[in-house]
Amino acid sequence: MACSEERPRLSNAIFTRLRALLGTSGVDRDARGLARANPDTSDALSLVCRLAHEEGWKIRVEGRGTWLPPDAPADLVVSTVALEQIVSVSPADLVATVQAGASLEALRRRLADYGMWLAVDPPGRPERSIGSVIATATAGPLRHGFGPVRDHVLGCTVATGDGRLVNAGGRVVKNVAGYDLTKLQVGGFGGFGIIADVHLRLRALPRADVTLVARGPRDVLTSAARDLVSVHLLPSALELLSPALAAESEWVLAARFLGTDAAVQADVRRLGSFGDQKWQPLPADRTAAFWSVAARGSLGGPITLRLGVLGDGVDETIDLLSHDLDEGLISAGAGLGMIRWTGDAPIEQLRSLRRAAAAREIPMTLERAPWPVRRALGHFGAYREGVGQLVGRLRDTFDPGQCLTVALEGADNA
Amino acid sequence: MNSFLFDALARIVGSRWVKHRRGELATYSMDGLPTHEAIPGVVVMPGSPHEVRELVRLLHLIQVPFVARGAGTGLSGGALAEEDAVLITLTRLNRILRVDGVRRRASVEPGVVNARLSEAVAPLGLQYVPDPSSQAACTIGGNVAENAGGPHCLKYGVTTNHIVSLEVVLPDGSVTRLGSEQGEPWGPDLVGLFVGSEGMFGIATEITVRLEQMPESVRTMLADFTTVRAASEAVSSIISAGIVPAALEMMDQACVAAVEASIYAAGYPTDAAAVLLVELDGQSEAVGGEAQTVENILLESGARAVRSASALGDRARLWQGRKKAFGAMGRIAPDLAVQDAVVPRSALPGIMDRIEEIRKQYRLTISNVFHAGDGNLHPNISFDRRDPATAARVQLACRDIMAACVAAGGSITGEHGVGSDKLDYMPWIFDAETLGAMRAVRRVFDPAERANPGKVVPVHACREWHAVKSARA
Ligand SMILES: Cc1cc2nc3c(=O)[nH]c(=O)nc-3n(C[C@H](O)[C@H](O)[C@H](O)COP(=O)(O)OP(=O)(O)OC[C@H]3O[C@@H](n4cnc5c(N)ncnc54)[C@H](O)[C@@H]3O)c2cc1C
Repeated sequence: MACSEERPRLSNAIFTRLRALLGTSGVDRDARGLARANPDTSDALSLVCRLAHEEGWKIRVEGRGTWLPPDAPADLVVSTVALEQIVSVSPADLVATVQAGASLEALRRRLADYGMWLAVDPPGRPERSIGSVIATATAGPLRHGFGPVRDHVLGCTVATGDGRLVNAGGRVVKNVAGYDLTKLQVGGFGGFGIIADVHLRLRALPRADVTLVARGPRDVLTSAARDLVSVHLLPSALELLSPALAAESEWVLAARFLGTDAAVQADVRRLGSFGDQKWQPLPADRTAAFWSVAARGSLGGPITLRLGVLGDGVDETIDLLSHDLDEGLISAGAGLGMIRWTGDAPIEQLRSLRRAAAAREIPMTLERAPWPVRRALGHFGAYREGVGQLVGRLRDTFDPGQCLTVALEGADNA
Repeated sequence: MNSFLFDALARIVGSRWVKHRRGELATYSMDGLPTHEAIPGVVVMPGSPHEVRELVRLLHLIQVPFVARGAGTGLSGGALAEEDAVLITLTRLNRILRVDGVRRRASVEPGVVNARLSEAVAPLGLQYVPDPSSQAACTIGGNVAENAGGPHCLKYGVTTNHIVSLEVVLPDGSVTRLGSEQGEPWGPDLVGLFVGSEGMFGIATEITVRLEQMPESVRTMLADFTTVRAASEAVSSIISAGIVPAALEMMDQACVAAVEASIYAAGYPTDAAAVLLVELDGQSEAVGGEAQTVENILLESGARAVRSASALGDRARLWQGRKKAFGAMGRIAPDLAVQDAVVPRSALPGIMDRIEEIRKQYRLTISNVFHAGDGNLHPNISFDRRDPATAARVQLACRDIMAACVAAGGSITGEHGVGSDKLDYMPWIFDAETLGAMRAVRRVFDPAERANPGKVVPVHACREWHAVKSARA
């Protein structure tokens, strides 16, 4: 591996080698002067990885740079920005094939032309690349009704750390041919390769989209949410937002209903007649803005965590967060669970939070943080017995030269 | 296989649970697929997860291959073991360990029969959704291994969407827990990777599933068509209208005829070229509206008539023919080769025509009953395997059907798995590099490739991957 004095010289050499491979337009430099490859096909991506593997160069993978900070130490950057094609949309099959660097917003617009959508509303900005959403498995409030990110990915093409191209899954909605390698890439944080393109499961755009909000003390809202889940109401999202995240003075519980006019109206009527919570419908022209404020809210601090809890554990776990860190910016699935916390905290506190969470059987995933925090803590930690070995061997398989600079596990686990 | 091994196995499970006599072994020589057969070296039936661990540890020590088996209803020859292997039958592990109605979770042993779980949670107003047509017999362990589907997986997803956590005995005898009750993994999604691994990554000894609330209202509709093409087009129209039915199933004339001639007769019109079963569920108001839309689409697509039912008994009658279709077809000839393939939904009309051509070309009896909503075909060939010439034609026809589905952009299996039946087709849809990746992942779990050897990945077609030992682990 390159030592730091040699960096500039090596960087020039890498730059030249990459240009020879990808042409002048395929290579530039990042803000710190590091050579950056911008392959625009999976083949070009695989070539770059192969070269890096042979030379022992460390790779930092970047999408559109709006979620994880581009700060992992590396000899070169591989960016997916040029992998931005929406390759195909098949409305009749409800399937699209998209390159990993395409932005969510570009995809949304293109699909809307066909009356389709991808039922995923991850935290962050609309410019986020679809690849980053899949690699980090960051689902937003719509996971309540439409499931986690993995449910929307039918297949993908991945370049491994040594430049092999693996075509996992397929383009059909039901498929059990071979092992389900796609699942490893969804939420793999790029530790098992770089996603080049994906096949996505689409839905027809719903006719009606109505959001109602209730405000009040947190425990009142969480208990209202739990009651709602046990009656026949089918919200697509049932999200609890902390005051800071929602930019309001109180906690907010937001219920979003998507579907046909008749179904949504029926749900809204029932919601109104259920319990003693006061629900206010958001004006139609404010719905999109409300959810986009909530999504961007998760960028309001340098660190974002995801805690795997069920609905009945939400309150207690928010207490734990508030006690160990601070209340921060919280978005939580009040019905079916999952908490996302954004804020800032020293590494030691995060480490002890992970331990405290693990003691309660709650997995904590570091979704987003500056490199020193990622390196120390790892995206994952507190593995169950045997899991660490499996993950280590899987990484050796997909990145034998350890070219991909991804802190799946932190120094704690090493 | 020698008596030393039989004794060692018997010390773990007790001698009455070790079967090694020829006659006893014959029972385990097939699964639900009549075209493949193999006699295992010995069959052993553990009675607890602990015994499974002890067995696998022993087999690791002496490096003997093993095959896990549930109910043996698999349709790809997945649970067959050769004579050098030990068949571990898991049907005695049939306890429902926990049901948590509030959290909507259940933990079960792998030998629990699918339908039993749904019955057990029904009093709580809950259901375990994946409902393979074999649900009265197949096990949850087998469902996990095959990533089984069923009619109601169109709206609610297949097995993988309902499994949150697994306790697994790895082929070296070590035990690990994957996933969490909440559904959020501790690390990469190893539960997702394990589901569908066809018994080649280890044995699942405890399975925690997600339960769903029973829908408030359900409407079942039966429509009959004078052409298969019109029925296929109706399927596409329903889906692209933005309606996701709970189930959307098709049966062709041959299938309807078999059902109506059997004791399962359900009153389906025998002169129809195809019938569609559409089930909608959800809130009563929404279901009513959607039912109207679906009925209009069906009629516009050329349905001669649409019958509709809401009450449980009436719906069951509409479903009866579909549920018993395999049983009814089984009466036509001694053997039934149930095939499984997928095409993009828009390719349905074309592929149904092609299957009909193949049927004529090979002079076979093919009936189709399948999950039309997700393009998951089941062309079923009735034949007599004692006639080698027919058996050969069956194999050729299956091959041609698979080729046609792959050419249409589809897959060689939607829910029955690759097993030993579809090894040859794997290179049609995966390149050597990807097959190599699959094999390499398998070796992560099973370096010696002793768990269910020879299935799923055609080893000769793989590009070699070297698993490098590094300091990382
Ligand atoms: C009439 C009929 C209808 C069917 N309908 C459907 C359908 O609608 N949808 C569908 O998906 N399938 C269907 N099937 C196929 C079959 O029922 C499923 O594949 C089922 O999941 C197999 O379960 P089993 O318990 O019989 O498993 P088996 O056939 O015994 O085994 C199947 C595979 O699972 C492995 N295995 C079993 N238990 C474990 C375990 N605990 N850990 C690890 N590996 C294990 C075995 O090694 C083998 O590879 C049908 C079959 C029949 C005969």
